[in-house]
Amino acid sequence: MSEEQKSTKTRRIVPIGPYHPLQEEPEFFKLIVEGETVVDMEINIGYNHRGHEFISPELTYDQIPFLVERICGICSNSHPLACVLAIEDCAGIEPPPRANYIRSIIHELERIHSHLLWVGLGGHFIGYNTVWMWAWKYREHVLQVFEMITGNRNHYAANKPGGVRRDISKEQVPQVLAALDLAEEKTKLLTNAVLDDPVILGRLANVGILTKADAIAYSTVGPTSRGSGVPWDVRKDDPHAAYAEVPWDRVVFEEGDVLAKAKVRLLETFESIKIVRGCLENLPDGPIEARIEEIPPGEGIGHTEAPRGEVFHYIRSDGSNRPLRHKVRAPSFMNIASNVVAVRGGSIADAALTLAAVDPCYCCTERMAAFEDGRLKYTWNDLLKLSWQKTERLREKLK
Amino acid sequence: MREAEAGLRELIPEADVFEHNKRRLYIRIPREKITQAAKFLHQERGMRLSICTGIDTREGFEVLYHFSEDKTGTMYTLKVLAPKDDPKIESLASWFPSCDWIEREMSELLGIDFPGHPNMRPLLTSDTDWDKGKYPLRRDHERRAEEHED
Repeated sequence: MSEEQKSTKTRRIVPIGPYHPLQEEPEFFKLIVEGETVVDMEINIGYNHRGHEFISPELTYDQIPFLVERICGICSNSHPLACVLAIEDCAGIEPPPRANYIRSIIHELERIHSHLLWVGLGGHFIGYNTVWMWAWKYREHVLQVFEMITGNRNHYAANKPGGVRRDISKEQVPQVLAALDLAEEKTKLLTNAVLDDPVILGRLANVGILTKADAIAYSTVGPTSRGSGVPWDVRKDDPHAAYAEVPWDRVVFEEGDVLAKAKVRLLETFESIKIVRGCLENLPDGPIEARIEEIPPGEGIGHTEAPRGEVFHYIRSDGSNRPLRHKVRAPSFMNIASNVVAVRGGSIADAALTLAAVDPCYCCTERMAAFEDGRLKYTWNDLLKLSWQKTERLREKLK
Repeated sequence: MREAEAGLRELIPEADVFEHNKRRLYIRIPREKITQAAKFLHQERGMRLSICTGIDTREGFEVLYHFSEDKTGTMYTLKVLAPKDDPKIESLASWFPSCDWIEREMSELLGIDFPGHPNMRPLLTSDTDWDKGKYPLRRDHERRAEEHED
């Protein structure tokens, strides 16, 4: 038997999905494995195609931000923000300074809660449920701030073409600052605990490496590329809202493994706190929206840095009150495709973690099946157990 | 003039550049030059492909390749037009994996053909209960309200 035939004979398929427990949308990852090693992967998406690009041209420009807000439940501010930026780019409108500051505040608060959510889930997947409970507990402070300033814990409906829909009152500013202080203190505690733990470091380092070359070839965005040494960040590169007016730094790590992505997210949380604080302290007075007479015929591109990377919206207008074409690209569209190279060469125990490392949203049905020769091989719990056992082995070794 | 813009004009003399504002450039090029132009922007100028947009217009199918030059924050959008009776544009996916999914998406939602794509299967629509040859983003596709009329 030739070498090639031997290797195909031992190849098995471990499907994760179609209802992937880690993803915002149901997605299907078909792992092709030899023994415990993942040699290739095929990705199928489209199980929950909702046709936003089809619906959008039927709505007016005032209605579209509400539609695109429903694309994602976790980063529900990034789509409307990118969308109104596209409309404003097309019409050449400059929102008033106060609106820009409020946009940055909401956007960064969202990043804090989204990154903490990921850290919590990441902890759960490697068997650190304490990290999970801590992270979600401290995330609660941010959600309460949202409820206070927007009326909702999620789906804030903050943006409209030309400005924002709600103002932040003088009385709310000290309350938000106090909540931020608390969130910062607790997040620092969590970050130190996570990055000091030898088992977590051993478990996440050198797992699911995405090289810099692959990150560029797949045009990955957000923490996925910043963990691989590609410094792209729309907030710095194409400044919008108030990002050019307050001091903050971009966070970049070179290693490309899950640990680097985790570090990017944890440290970015502090940069976000810095931005919100800077914005609140320098919040300019004045109106919160610019008046829009009409959207002229033309084109507009709006992009912003969502917690998961660049969200891109393109609008083509014919001069009426509805767009001719509205293109939406969420960051996971680029990031998930790069999983094919990140997961290759790793073990099945690492696959779930690697696939989760690009931070797809987790609020989805927990259901999955893995078949071998027609019978169920790994349930979702089995995969979790595999991952936890590997952590346990590391812990024993490090004792 | 921007360096990338000057390089592109030199490479493709027939390129028609429209500057919407200082960070948004739209460049119309003949469709047979797309590989050359994309290779120049991505490989030589280090630009990132944000995404492509396919639009059904009166003149034909227009495909927009949105490249982002992150170090200057400028969006370079290449515009390519394929006539309706021959909706074909050379695929970039064989050398540029970023184009893989979006070319598949445009192929199934708009019916644009991308010859040379290494793995042209539907990305979003179902492979069992979706009529092949039904393209929802085309102008002549029936809108929802009409479809559900009793």
